Amino acid sequence: MRFTLNGAATEVAAHPMSRLLDVLREECNLTGTKEGCGEGECGACTVLIDGVPVVSCLVPVAQAEGHEVTTIEGLGDDHPLQHHFMNEAGAQCGICTPGMVLVASTIPADASLDDIRVALAGNLCRCTGYEAIYRAIMKAREATA
Amino acid sequence: MRSALTPLELRRPASVDEALRMMRDEALQPIAGCTDVYVGLNFGTLATQRFIDLDRLDALRTIDASGDTLSIGALATYTSIMEHAAVRERLPMLVSAASQIGGLQIQNRGTLGGNVANGSPAGDALPVLAVAEATIVLRSAEAERRVPFTTFYTGYRASVMRPDELIVALEIPRVHGRQWFRKVGTRAAQAISKLVAAGVRNDAPRIAMGSVAATTVRLPRTEAALATPDGLDAALIALREEISPIDDIRSTGDYRRDVAANLVRRFWTDTA
Repeated sequence: MRFTLNGAATEVAAHPMSRLLDVLREECNLTGTKEGCGEGECGACTVLIDGVPVVSCLVPVAQAEGHEVTTIEGLGDDHPLQHHFMNEAGAQCGICTPGMVLVASTIPADASLDDIRVALAGNLCRCTGYEAIYRAIMKAREATA
Repeated sequence: MRSALTPLELRRPASVDEALRMMRDEALQPIAGCTDVYVGLNFGTLATQRFIDLDRLDALRTIDASGDTLSIGALATYTSIMEHAAVRERLPMLVSAASQIGGLQIQNRGTLGGNVANGSPAGDALPVLAVAEATIVLRSAEAERRVPFTTFYTGYRASVMRPDELIVALEIPRVHGRQWFRKVGTRAAQAISKLVAAGVRNDAPRIAMGSVAATTVRLPRTEAALATPDGLDAALIALREEISPIDDIRSTGDYRRDVAANLVRRFWTDTA
């Protein structure tokens, strides 16, 4: 199966019903995508397919065929959200962070704090209590406004 | 994931006709958004091994509001339902249900047809379809037929749909009156409902609930009572005879009885 992974053409040999999550981590060696609950509740395994956030634990890799998959590695190592999450202490254990950052990267520039809360409702964090995460996202938006 | 991959097979048709021929010739479990099926596979609790992927059948994603009947393709996602101007205008209770199913990632993948096919008594969109008097369009390689939503389920996760049939669309007539939807869970997002209800307020009020019986149910005696001069008081008496909630992992029968009454009360005051 072929798909575009972080901008580069990729071919994988996985079983078509493998979870996209497992293919990314084990065959593509991109371990930034984390497994939390394995049932679509926590959002830790969020990736973007054609720019749309999905939980990769509930996606058969067959359905990625021909599409563009973006993982946290695809945002590069100097992304504004990355710096604001660090500066605001928007991460502690870090398991939820890749999913949080990927969803945050899709939130429209005119979104309110409430819109951000709703957008992140599918991303659970058990360390920070969310406030630092919202603050990081708001600051990143102020910086680009 | 806990299910072994090796025995799993996946057919990937490119058209609805090809999918229906495959389903005529072998027993296949349809998958689309996978938000239910992959939970079962991840936990190794799904015995099914042969699947058919509907993901390429873009013809089933269409939402058509050009006529009096709103036709929502089975593969329309909750996000596409929420974003569709005509659905927002004509069926705000469905938009409300869609916005409270899972989080963003689930809304981007989960489909209305999947909610119906999965047939959970807690399915959030199902009370809406019940009070909207939706029709389920079923198609096989041989024929297409239309089944009223209210006669579709025959028991817990059981329906009149045959193994060679696919849900292709939900057809929803114009709904007159005030629409209402309410979900009760442990959290406002990402929680499976303890109870879920939808209603339409007009001269012949309609109300349906999930997680109070083996299937999503319309409550005809409660509805009839609401239409009388005694209204709410009579309805709350009728309701107790009409629901049979159970204790399970998410709630208790007693709690559900109390909350069901509160929901009827809420429906009536919210739409007064």
